[in-house]
Amino acid sequence: MVQFTLPKNSTITTGKTWPAPQGATNVRKFQIYRWNPDDGKNPRVDTYFLDMDKCGPMVLDALIKIKNEIDPTLTFRRSCREGICGSCAMNIDGINTLACIYGLDEIKDDVKIYPLPHMPVVKDLIPDLTHFYAQHASIMPWLETKTNRPAKEWKQSIEDRKKLDGLYECVMCASCSTSCPSYWWNGDRYLGPAALLHAYRWIIDSRDEATGERLDELEDPFKLYRCHTIMNCSKTCPKGLNPAKAIASIKQMMVERAL
Amino acid sequence: MAYLTDRKRAQGLGSGRQGTHHHWQMMASSLALAFIIPAFVITFGIGLGKPYEEVLAYFSRPVPAIIMALSVVVIINHAMQEALVAVEDYVHGTAQKITLMVVKGVSFTLIATGLFAIARLAL
Repeated sequence: MVQFTLPKNSTITTGKTWPAPQGATNVRKFQIYRWNPDDGKNPRVDTYFLDMDKCGPMVLDALIKIKNEIDPTLTFRRSCREGICGSCAMNIDGINTLACIYGLDEIKDDVKIYPLPHMPVVKDLIPDLTHFYAQHASIMPWLETKTNRPAKEWKQSIEDRKKLDGLYECVMCASCSTSCPSYWWNGDRYLGPAALLHAYRWIIDSRDEATGERLDELEDPFKLYRCHTIMNCSKTCPKGLNPAKAIASIKQMMVERAL
Repeated sequence: MAYLTDRKRAQGLGSGRQGTHHHWQMMASSLALAFIIPAFVITFGIGLGKPYEEVLAYFSRPVPAIIMALSVVVIINHAMQEALVAVEDYVHGTAQKITLMVVKGVSFTLIATGLFAIARLAL
């Protein structure tokens, strides 16, 4: 049976409140999830205050400022700071998104930051994405061909190339999959929106010659058909992609080849 | 502790090679319900509140009886299929298998009871 309540050792407690910067007039409150696997304690929510006159505009700017100037133990992933690497995905103000491209001005009141939901936490804001990446690998995210390799390149028409728009841009941040209730309850078997969007990207690639095998692998009550068109994935995608549409397209192809 | 690789864990037992039939079945019955539900409401509504003899005579006519029988079969079957999916979503292990059988048993009993009732009225 799925768990609807947190186990006792995951119940969130109130953590430390750091003092507000002195003399600042434009102060903002940040409530951030903290958990350290080494201290054996429950997760907590620490409270920080930042002088917004001395802080960049994005949530990631605030996190970096907190780490640099207030609490160096705060742990989070980040790299490109421009929405390309997908490292800084986290739950901000109740929305799964990328901290580097989510503006602080988009949030009313206090800023609440948690790790991506329903994933094992490595530390603080870092989720364990091992299974997520393995699921991505399982859909064979590469070009599969049987024809002998051409002398120059695999050719693709402009029209066929256009079919990949809205799919190849996915940065694998896991915001979509971790916003999906079906993935929460059955993430061990359901591939989730991100992996399925990538699967569709290769299914409709005109150069790929393993379309049938790819569809065969996806035809499963759990791998594909756990998607109930809840659409959280499309709503939350920080890149504005539509995984729900990609999944619907796979289902349509399944029906087309069966009837 | 099982020393499984991440890839092995993600692939599990592989594809079940089914699901499309169920998906198509749900699409088809959803479309059918778009016509059957209004027909059911109208048919049932006409008979509602009338004396026993009139209702008996009304449901012994072929069109109302067939619409009611179709409604019972399609609505309960559709609800059963959705309930099975919900059970698969939220209940796991042995409890899942038992619940799936209970849902199917109750649904088929409801269909049989409904058809028997309509047959008694109609025949």
